Amino acid sequence: MIKSIQLAKKNQLIWALLLLPVWYVLYINLQNFSDFIIDNLFHLTKGSHLTETLRFFIFETPKVLLLLVLVVFGVGILRSYFSPEKTRKALAGKSTFVGNIMAAILGIVTPFCSCSAIPLFLGFVEAGVPLGVTFSFLIAAPMVNEIALILLIGLFGWKTAVIYTLTGLIIAILAGWLIGVLKLEKYVQDWVFEVKTGQSDLDATKITFSKRIKVGLETVKDIVGKIWIYIVAGVAIGAAAHGYVPEDFMANLMGKSAWYSVPLSILIGIPMYSNAAGIIPIVSVLIEKGASLGTSLAFMMSVIGLSLPEIIILKKVLKMPLILAFVGIVGFGILCVGFIFNFIY
Amino acid sequence: MKIKVLGPGCKKCVTLEQATKKAVAELAIDAEVTKIEDMVQILSYGVMSTPALVIDEKVVMSGKVASISEIKEYIQKA
Repeated sequence: MIKSIQLAKKNQLIWALLLLPVWYVLYINLQNFSDFIIDNLFHLTKGSHLTETLRFFIFETPKVLLLLVLVVFGVGILRSYFSPEKTRKALAGKSTFVGNIMAAILGIVTPFCSCSAIPLFLGFVEAGVPLGVTFSFLIAAPMVNEIALILLIGLFGWKTAVIYTLTGLIIAILAGWLIGVLKLEKYVQDWVFEVKTGQSDLDATKITFSKRIKVGLETVKDIVGKIWIYIVAGVAIGAAAHGYVPEDFMANLMGKSAWYSVPLSILIGIPMYSNAAGIIPIVSVLIEKGASLGTSLAFMMSVIGLSLPEIIILKKVLKMPLILAFVGIVGFGILCVGFIFNFIY
Repeated sequence: MKIKVLGPGCKKCVTLEQATKKAVAELAIDAEVTKIEDMVQILSYGVMSTPALVIDEKVVMSGKVASISEIKEYIQKA
């Protein structure tokens, strides 16, 4: 009995490993595959608006989805080693700056959903995690994540992905550090400090490796099931713009000669609420049509990192001055990123 | 048996509550399923990622939507 269970577990692992080369073969043949459909199957005229729109869509959609499945699976396994409870323990009583750096990095790997931002905030503050360190976590967690990373690698290449990740981390670290230095604790709603959190001895991170593979597969089902529609919609909009919008169309509005483009795109980005999955395919087309990298990065960070719904949720635990400080500091950080990259490139 | 679903009312929390009620009905046991939406109460269980499942005042799961068969397992273990 025990032997057959072990065998079954082994089989699962072998299946998972066998799928990797299949994935690879699919991935490297996507261009041929989409060309074959467009040119040989449908016999569409090369270079026409419609043809290039369809080619873009048929190539990009499976490409991004394949990348997504692989990386979400890997991150799902990685995340099964972390939990908010563990992260809180690691951050409790940490000095500022070192704490801010740790918090921002842990923000990437700790499982986080914006609907549990409040219990997480309360749990952190109550356990003695400094306010600024808590903010570093809360800024990094939604902004720098695996979905943003995959899409950036897939659509812009790894250099832009690394730049986005590093600058996102730096903003989270410095903004949290600054909030800590400014001693804004008095602008946390008073009831927060009266909350007594209990101790739960539940440790979800102590599981066997085959369980972790299961967790990885469940994460794929959960996340890809939820965001595939945004990706398809985002790529579709991107494809239409790729085929129909003239080159350099965005150059005047979002090009680097227009200095006001950076603050303007941040302001437009705040009330827009989208996750990385929806916005990145659109941004990739903005760049293709003449928008500059700095302006596009700023727009993307503003949409993903500063959102109105999140601010409304935080209103429950933060007083207005602290919310304004949070939006102001993060917004300023994004502004700097935008200007710096417009200047360099 | 007292089962509590902790969650501020997001979609995942509602899904977990429904799954829990189904699990209880399928097991045909005498259990009361309640939903806790008050943040202070949720935190008193030491839970930081919602939704969470509490059976007889003990946290058995947090941070995900468990399937009906998983919930059944938790109930039978308690």
